[in-house]
Amino acid sequence: MVMQALYDTLKPRFLLGEFTKQRDDLAFITVEAVRLHALLRHLRDQEGFTHLVLLTAVDWLEDGQFQLTYLLNNRAKRQDVGLRVLIARDNATMESIHDLWAAAATYQRELREMFGIDFPDSPRLHEDFILEGWQDIPPYRRDFDTLKYAQENYRDRPGRETRDPAQHMKQQLYGED
Amino acid sequence: MKEELLKRMVKGPDGVEFEVEPLRDYYCEAGPTVQTPAYTAIIEKLFNWARSESIWILGFGTGCGAIEMRPLMTPRFDAYRYGIQWRPTPRQANLFVISGYLSTKTLKRVIRSYEQMQSPKYVVGLGSCTINGGMYWDSYNTIKRLDDYLPVDLYIAGCMPRPEALLAGFEDLKKLIRAGKAEGANQYAENFEWYKANQKSVIHDWDMPDYNW
Repeated sequence: MVMQALYDTLKPRFLLGEFTKQRDDLAFITVEAVRLHALLRHLRDQEGFTHLVLLTAVDWLEDGQFQLTYLLNNRAKRQDVGLRVLIARDNATMESIHDLWAAAATYQRELREMFGIDFPDSPRLHEDFILEGWQDIPPYRRDFDTLKYAQENYRDRPGRETRDPAQHMKQQLYGED
Repeated sequence: MKEELLKRMVKGPDGVEFEVEPLRDYYCEAGPTVQTPAYTAIIEKLFNWARSESIWILGFGTGCGAIEMRPLMTPRFDAYRYGIQWRPTPRQANLFVISGYLSTKTLKRVIRSYEQMQSPKYVVGLGSCTINGGMYWDSYNTIKRLDDYLPVDLYIAGCMPRPEALLAGFEDLKKLIRAGKAEGANQYAENFEWYKANQKSVIHDWDMPDYNW
């Protein structure tokens, strides 16, 4: 109920999209990319959501979109709110929020490397984060074929067998019939 | 190549400008050499016995398997009673335990550390990840065969191997050393070009000297 009330008060002001209640103290709200920064500032300064828990991305390959999820926490009231932002997958660019939470710069660095999402003006954005000297497309994009990459780059040791786990357990437990 | 490794002009405190080529000036260009037995067989045997009884492990946990080393070095399993101990620096260590999966980023640090260790030195691959990739067989970021990149003397299979398995493995390594069969450092020197080519094929941003320290 608390989260619904928060949503209702903010909806006209920030033109919020879909509301998904997960628990009494956890809800997700869809918001347009251009309004995200103002909404985050409002939540941080006025509503007590002072802690950025995480910033992560989902690749909706079929829709040609990336979903960014900003999860915020209100320590005093023990509430979490997640903000969903959908951005275009081609030349994906999003406004940086490192001026609100300095820690966001690290998340943005990681997203730039793993998904190829650009966050202009974010500090140290183009420094290597986990991958060093990566030359392929960003590996967390779903059109990146990790098995093919592994087979091309790292040699197999002969003699390794791979079984389908479901078939193998069926065979083990029930035999031929 | 890192900027600090490129050839450049430097102005000294006395105002004299001179050229610095770090790869030649700061590092040794000579590759590793094969160390042949220096004494008669019986003395080499004594040496090998001494080597086998003082296995000093580099305290560098490369993957999740490093978690098994804590109970090993503490009283529960107490590897010290077998003459095995952990050292904080590669200069003092002669055994490198590659503990589980090895990402290409870590591989770079592993190569640097391994090359800094003094000969005779040994490598033990711990867990199935070092043998054939294990559960990371389709990962874009971890190597599948450790012996493509470093000379491995012994593998300890399992995911993860228990501390008891490691102790048994160390006992086997001792037997190899006493028999004079743990010649990994010499293999590395002999096939240096092959190992370097393999290492460079997965480490795309090679920004260090080839053999250095």
